[in-house]
Amino acid sequence: MSLQLSDPLQNTVDGLTENFSDKVIEVYQSTGDTFIRVEADAIVEIATYLRDKQHYVYLSDIFGIDRYTSEERFEVVYNLLSLKTGARVFVKVRCEEEDPVVDSVTSVWPAAGWNEREVYDMFGVFFNNHPDLRRIFLPEDFQYFPLRKEFPLLGIPGSIELPSTTPDNDQ
Amino acid sequence: MKLSDIQSKVNSTFFKEHQKKLYQSLEDKHTSIEELDEGDPLTTKMILNMGPQHPATHGVLRLVLQLDGETIEKNKLDIGYLHRGVEKIAENKTYQEFMPYTDRMDYLSPYSNNVALCTAVEKIASVEVPERAHYIRMIGCELARISSHLLWLGTMVMDAGAISFFIWTFKEREKIYDIMDRIGGHRFTISHSRIGGVANDLTDEATAYIKEFINTFPNELRDYHKLLDRNRIFFDRNEATGVLKTEDALKIGATGPVLRACGYALDIRKLSPYARYNEVDFNIPTRLEGDNLARYYVRMEEMGESIKIIKQCLEKLPKGPVRTDNAKQSYPSKDEVYYSMEGMIHDFMMTDTGICPPEGAESYHAVESPKGELGYYIQSDGTGHPWRLKINAPSFTNLQVLENVLDGEMVADTVVIIGGLDPVLGEADK
Repeated sequence: MSLQLSDPLQNTVDGLTENFSDKVIEVYQSTGDTFIRVEADAIVEIATYLRDKQHYVYLSDIFGIDRYTSEERFEVVYNLLSLKTGARVFVKVRCEEEDPVVDSVTSVWPAAGWNEREVYDMFGVFFNNHPDLRRIFLPEDFQYFPLRKEFPLLGIPGSIELPSTTPDNDQ
Repeated sequence: MKLSDIQSKVNSTFFKEHQKKLYQSLEDKHTSIEELDEGDPLTTKMILNMGPQHPATHGVLRLVLQLDGETIEKNKLDIGYLHRGVEKIAENKTYQEFMPYTDRMDYLSPYSNNVALCTAVEKIASVEVPERAHYIRMIGCELARISSHLLWLGTMVMDAGAISFFIWTFKEREKIYDIMDRIGGHRFTISHSRIGGVANDLTDEATAYIKEFINTFPNELRDYHKLLDRNRIFFDRNEATGVLKTEDALKIGATGPVLRACGYALDIRKLSPYARYNEVDFNIPTRLEGDNLARYYVRMEEMGESIKIIKQCLEKLPKGPVRTDNAKQSYPSKDEVYYSMEGMIHDFMMTDTGICPPEGAESYHAVESPKGELGYYIQSDGTGHPWRLKINAPSFTNLQVLENVLDGEMVADTVVIIGGLDPVLGEADK
């Protein structure tokens, strides 16, 4: 399928393929949005390039996707907005099920801090060099990663400590 | 103050690991700053837990503050007390079934949330929406914006010390509830929008209520301005508190009125217009100061702009259907369901399997909710359930700002700053 990119997006894609020819894996479009998949080990370089040279100053969101039963199971998506042109681009990296680790982009966009914590909380993807990688919604005592597809919808009984219902019980 | 003695003093009985890591994280924040804890004979330093059950934190927000006297040295936020896992629920529901859950996300402006989900599904499944439905949605969204801003105004002024003001803004919110009741049959959780349009047309009664509201509300707005704009107490509490510079705001990813109060006019309604926002005339109010007072002015002016938009929508409101007439894409009308066999089958099919976007399709669609950019990312696997649905919640984004803004402020200003940022925890916690 040929791509129908607007000028600013074409610039972005051209700039990326020129400077990181061996790191860009694929560029595709789906229902009007542009997705660029890159090698996970180059994400910080590419992020810096996008911010400094392509005006993607504003990080809107980071989220994870579980590609259950596929190779390279977890995908982390960076939702970027160019403030100069108003173009929105999605940069994707993938990582393995065993030991899922991605480099943190908090040094490039401080806004990534909480979003990366959310990805870690929900999918168990670790972020290297993250300043404060803790779970964000669930307590640290929780052992599972709920947005992984194998986690049951009804939860796992006993996985979370609940307060005692009797007032005398000190424990 | 050493971590060991915080731990022993707190003596947490619950989620021990979580508490330990939270305090450790507070301890680790700004570790480059030289610690002066050796000599503190007056014990002016203390750790203060604020919330989660605190009326001024607008929900279940917990702040752990390290104080030096009355100044906040550093702080950590703990959220997730209202985490319901809506993204997980979404993966197990059809798109239309999931829509009522979005009402409970940002429960102060349910209409915008419904529209955000519906527009995202319409984008991924290429559903055409009739003109009239677009305009009705815009009216609903703008009413929701006014309703949300009114609650923010009331609580923020209450946080600054005035109680009766809260009642006055709620008097106006009550009118919006009544309008919503007449539009969709619910006062609070409206669920009026549908994939492919809206549930039902505006009745004459509802239109009359909206018209009356947009005629009387500007006067109320003027009265609010009269009371607050030259109010010494209100000024002193809000001026130069919670200051955020433009560059910092962009770096931390502030969104909505918080970003616009820092001098950057980012509004999804102008950036990538959805519905028919490109056909109405409105301005984006901005301020340069970036403090709480600037946020106040921005939101007050936004309410005025919303009234302007509603007025134009009512003038332009075209005639025609309010929902697409394609049985594969949206629910048939109730008349069809009750009086034709096909209508009933289609209704059943829509409830059972729902709308199925193409396999592997991905899309992101954002709307400008009262709090900021509210985006839905949907990845489809070709069935009626989304494979992945991610909600980009503006309150979550803005709470991260709070963690960065609070350091160095006075502890008494905390509630005012939270009020100024206007987070809704139902949305931030997902």
